[in-house]
Amino acid sequence: MVVGERKPFDEITRMLEGHKKIMVLGCGGCVTVCLTGGHDAVRVLSSQLRMFRDKEGNPIEIIEKTIERQCDPEYVEEVATLVPEVDAVLSMACGAGVQYIAERYTSSPVYPALNTTFVGGSLKEGYYVERCQTCGECKLYYTGGICPIARCSKSLLNGPCGGSTKGKCEIDPEVDCAWQLIIDRLKSLNLMDRYEQIMTINDWRSNRDGGPRKMIREDFQR
Amino acid sequence: MSAECKTDSSLEKILRSGQFAVTAECGPPRGADAEVIRKKCQLLKGNADAFNITDNQTSVVRMSSIGAAVLMTQQGMEPIMQMVCRDRNRIAMQSDILGAAALGIKNMLCLSGDHQKFGDHPQAKNVFDLDSIQLISTVRRMRDEGKFLSGEEIKGVPKLFIGAAENPFADPFEIRVPRLAKKIAAGVEFIQTQCIFNLKKFAEWMKGVVERGLHEKAFILGGVTPFKSFGMARYMAKNVPGMDVPEELLKRMKDTPKENQAEEGIKIAVETIEQLRNMAGISGVHIMAIEWEERVGEIATKAGLLPRPTV
Repeated sequence: MVVGERKPFDEITRMLEGHKKIMVLGCGGCVTVCLTGGHDAVRVLSSQLRMFRDKEGNPIEIIEKTIERQCDPEYVEEVATLVPEVDAVLSMACGAGVQYIAERYTSSPVYPALNTTFVGGSLKEGYYVERCQTCGECKLYYTGGICPIARCSKSLLNGPCGGSTKGKCEIDPEVDCAWQLIIDRLKSLNLMDRYEQIMTINDWRSNRDGGPRKMIREDFQR
Repeated sequence: MSAECKTDSSLEKILRSGQFAVTAECGPPRGADAEVIRKKCQLLKGNADAFNITDNQTSVVRMSSIGAAVLMTQQGMEPIMQMVCRDRNRIAMQSDILGAAALGIKNMLCLSGDHQKFGDHPQAKNVFDLDSIQLISTVRRMRDEGKFLSGEEIKGVPKLFIGAAENPFADPFEIRVPRLAKKIAAGVEFIQTQCIFNLKKFAEWMKGVVERGLHEKAFILGGVTPFKSFGMARYMAKNVPGMDVPEELLKRMKDTPKENQAEEGIKIAVETIEQLRNMAGISGVHIMAIEWEERVGEIATKAGLLPRPTV
């Protein structure tokens, strides 16, 4: 899933300066799962904002709403009658959701309430970790199912570097060395011969470096 | 190993002629004052065959490796330009390789580079378009095939003697010989190792290197760093990732009175060099006297490495 983290409260209040009526718009997708942008998060943030603005003597009116997914035009349409009623929309979706709302509702300013952090998963409730950098050309076959691009701090394809110590990365003793994990896995699978194959220079065009990406299912285009 | 040189590098000539080589290190200044490099050159000249010019080591911004290397050539010395993958993409790297060769640089060391977290610009975006092994194959291709990574022909190939580092003390230990093999397969010609303090572990690594015949495919130079003090030894043991300082060496430094610690550090370095000279598969030493260039000559003298051959 796409993991997002709420922006600092004072950054959010600064974005909303001058606005009297806003919509706090939640997303029922990934950010609901990671507990930062769904229905409950909308309620909490809205209450905090009302309290803060009341205390400032500058009350704010808030419409609370959560839609199924902000990255889907069909659901984005559901707030078509509400958006014209407000000065601004504060989206609690990932960066994709925020942009979908901004693209559809061009007459309203649309602000992000979250920082979109990474593609990953949960290890336990409320604890999320990065697993994929969406490089566009999956290499997990060669690396025992552990991604060196997302999980090695230097994204080395022929690691580990000289900073790997006792299974940890040189940048932080809390961070696992991805290459130690890869080697441990290849060894346990009896696939160490794959380690000695040099991974060739990457073609980063499939990554963001080729410009914004798209994926088209031709069979659905008719 | 072939005796035929592929470049005009003196380091290559010395190594290929079977003589025990010595390299040392020279860190560029945090400023544009060329005089700093010239002074360091005066301290180092004649004490080694070639001198590494670090490339923004520990991710702290310094005068460029190419710039400082050219200043060194003007002093009649031979630099080894270090290049890290952290700060440049393949376009900039190939371009800098051409520029360096055109300016008379004859040796290059291909490195991944310390993470920017350790430096003075932790906010920087890192590049790592290539990794060190891929950089080795890039230079080798440019030099021997006369081609850019794109496959386009190079008019005027860069004649660089190609080196890399290897850290036998980093984990996992068991892949440190296979990783060297990967670097050799990518085309590296000489290797400078991480600072050797744990000679026992180093000998174990070298045994693996020799068993696979890797010492016959690339020249291995053992890395030696003198401790200036017990404080430095302790710092290296505790704070530098991938550094292995055995307890007995720490104790030896600690038990030495403060005013004699520098001498003791040099003594340890000299002893290490003597052990390395007798180790099968070792072709030379790389003396990294960190911000202590003035003592390299003394270490080389005491280790019987001077005078350096003229080639």
